[in-house]
Order: sequence, then structure tokens, then C-alpha cells
Amino acid sequence: MAHKTIAFTGDQATAEAMRQIEPDVVAAYPITPQTEIVMTFAQFVADGKVKTELIPVESEHSAMSACVGAGAAGARTMTATSANGLALMWEIVYITSSTRLPIVMPVVNRALSAPINIHCDHSDTMGARDSGWLQIYCENAQEVYENTILAIKIAEHKDILLPIMVCQDGFITSHAVENIEIFDDKKVKDYIGEYKPRAPLLDVDKPVTYGPLDLQDYYFEHKRQQSEAVKNALEIIPKILVDFNKTFNRKCDFIEEYKLNDAEIAIVVLSSTAGAGKVTVDKLREKGIKAGLLRPQFFRPFPADRIIKALKGKKAVTVLDRAESFSGHGGPLFNEIRSALYGQENGPIIKNAIYGLGGRDIFIKDIEGIFKDLEDIAKSGKVKNWVDYVGVRD
Amino acid sequence: MENKSWKEIPIGGLIDKGGNAKEYNTGDWRTFKPVKDEKKCINCMICWVYCPDSSILAKDGKMVGFDLDHCKGCGICASVCPVKCIDMVQEEKGK
Repeated sequence: MAHKTIAFTGDQATAEAMRQIEPDVVAAYPITPQTEIVMTFAQFVADGKVKTELIPVESEHSAMSACVGAGAAGARTMTATSANGLALMWEIVYITSSTRLPIVMPVVNRALSAPINIHCDHSDTMGARDSGWLQIYCENAQEVYENTILAIKIAEHKDILLPIMVCQDGFITSHAVENIEIFDDKKVKDYIGEYKPRAPLLDVDKPVTYGPLDLQDYYFEHKRQQSEAVKNALEIIPKILVDFNKTFNRKCDFIEEYKLNDAEIAIVVLSSTAGAGKVTVDKLREKGIKAGLLRPQFFRPFPADRIIKALKGKKAVTVLDRAESFSGHGGPLFNEIRSALYGQENGPIIKNAIYGLGGRDIFIKDIEGIFKDLEDIAKSGKVKNWVDYVGVRD
Repeated sequence: MENKSWKEIPIGGLIDKGGNAKEYNTGDWRTFKPVKDEKKCINCMICWVYCPDSSILAKDGKMVGFDLDHCKGCGICASVCPVKCIDMVQEEKGK
């Protein structure tokens, strides 16, 4: 059956996926640019289109806390947030993943204060990269819609049981209107299936304790289990993707390789900037320059083996980070990719470009500049700056 | 009790059985242990009332000893005893 095509913003597409998923509980607090997700979903609740229990809370700390309570009780649970809202959730963000509650949270990426800024960068979710949540970064509203549904399946898998952030770029994706192919309601419901919680508190015949004290003798074992769950996710997600692609006739993958196969120079980029990146690659290809692009869709679990394979034999690569980790030697995506490539035979020279902080636009001419630098590096073998700040005024 | 590996325990820090707190020997945390002078004790049971860990053993209305598997050695019993019949003695080092 052909999918319906509807004009939606990224936020509306997220709410539409949530309508089809119809979680038992949604607890959320509004924050720009996530607001439209919860606003649209609240309308579905008010109109009786879903039976979800919507809990309007007084802060994001309360939102995530209510989600943990609902999740432990045995409810399929969702929330959504951005930037400072995610920062305020912080304590409970870790508790969610450590308690192994498969909560799916759309995050509309926005810069963290100060100074206060409502526009896109990835500093919010990159800060949460070590929190034990899985993270998917979406290029456009179509992917946001699909990955929200996909995330339910991944999170609830019995050998994964981890929460997932489905990330989209603030305003660029969340507020731009695109034509979205929407799946049939019943098909989505059949795909995600009925939620069977692992150990619900409401099952009075099998009493359980959530969140006990865990000291030197067992805490480490529980962390080791979380590491294993992330490793499991690396092996299980490809199988879930095959099933998802078959069910909905899609082509979702861990990573996207764009004209990368025969490329000599390449950029690595997350989310919406890949669009401008691909246009730039096309322009350079017309001039006979062998340029390519790699877009990891999953950042957690980190698909190291796929990235190593995709970048093997390239002469020079720049990793674009829309977040600064203030280490003094590059952003988070760069450091993980360079670390994965270290010691690999035939690996490229790899450098970093930090861009787009606080919603600063990145233009095709900026990306052309990044590729020009890579051409020089490929020729000379010499790197002038390991970390560039692209688009900032010097 | 032998500690289990990460493969053998429920995930997420869950405790999947009820009423098993007594299997955890909090007595391992103790630095000072209570020792009673039988001759001085008047079985007033004030220590039994005050013990925060239910570690005063009582039988037939008499104080008959300490549950050292769960006594954390806080010393409240020694402090409230009206005849000072409980001493807090340092555990042997390297026990």
C-alpha cells in the first residue's frame, strides 16, 4: 500500500509518529523548539484521538521522573525536550538508562545557555553521549518520523532495553515544512506490537524493587550489563533495520555513505547539514574532484567498524562537529572517529571543523572551503590546523 | 555469600524477590561490635526498642544477644543502656 504524503514540520512529524505509537504515558514540559511536538500531541489527547495519559509537569526534572515512574509501573512511555530542558533532566536521564527503561525521547537539538540561544547545535545531546542512552541523529523530517517509530522497536528489544534519543536539528528540521510519507496507522501499530514490560511494578504477583542502593559489591556489575546492552544493540539493530525496511519499504541504515566509495577526500557530518554537504559533493564531482560524504545516523551505539570500513583508503577526512567539547583538541564526533581509526591500516589523515554553534548557518561555500583544505592536505600530506572553526568571524 | 557475576543478576539493579534484605550481611560494615556483660544486664529491653537495625535478639522477654550479621556497630544500644552493660569493642583487624 502506498504511503500517504502530508506536509509536516519536523515537530509535527514527531507528534504524528507519537499519535500512531499511542504510548500509555507521555510526561513533558514545553521548551523551544520542542514545544510544537507536545502541543500537537496534547491536541490529539484532547480530541480523543489517542488514549495516552498526558502528564503536564512543572519542569523537565519532573517530566523525566514521571517517565521513570510510569516506565517502572509497566507503561510504554515517551517524552520530548531540547537543550536546557535536557540539562535540567540530567540526573534522571542517567537513572532512566541505568534502570533499563526503554523510553523514547525526541530531542530537538538546541544550543545550551549561556548566552541564551534557542537555535540549533548539538551541545545538548552530545553532552548526554555518556549517559547510556542510544542516540539517532536525523537528517530531515521524514527520518524523524521513521526513526521515532523505529526507536520503539530498538529500545524495547529484550536484549537491549535502553532508552533512545531521536535527535533533529532545532528550527532547521523542527520548524521547516516538508512533504512526509506517513505509514498506515494499523501497519505502525502492528509493527511496534503490544508492549510487554519486563518487570512491571503493577504486577502484584511478582513483586520487584526498583532503584535500590548498590554499593562497591554490585554497582560495577550493573554498569558492565549496560556496556553489554550497547554492544548487543550494535549487533541487533542491523536485523531490526532489515525488518523495518522490509515492512515499510525504506532504506534506513546505521550510516549513510554518499559518493564515498571512490572518494579521495570526504567529510563526516550528522543531521541536517548533510543536505548542504551532499550538494557540495555533487558540485565538486562535476569538476572531477573525488569528494564524498559520510553521515552516521546512529551515534550511540557508535558504529566504529562501519565507519572504519567506510573511510578506509581515503586520503584526507574532515569531521564536522556542531558541538564544542572544550577539550582543546576538537569536538566529540571527531575524537570518537579519530580514536576508532587510530592504528588502522590505510587510514586517512583526519581533522576537525567545528561549525554552526548557536544556529550559525553553514553555507555551501563554507563546505567548499573545507574540501579545498582537504585537497591541499591530500596533496601535501601536511595539516596546518587540526581543528578549524568554520563560519566564525576571526 | 558469594557475589555473583554480571551475567547472573537481574539487569537495571532490580531486586526480583521480596523479603530478602536479611540475606545482605550489613554486619560486614561494622568497625565496633557490641559486647554484653551478662552479669550487669537487667533485661530492661531499652536496647531492643532503640536498635535501628532490629539486631537485638530477644527470647521469652529477655535480651539474649546480637544479630552480628546485621548489626552495623552504631553503638546506640551501648549509649541508651541504663546500667552500661554494653561495650563497643573494635573488630579484629584483617578479620
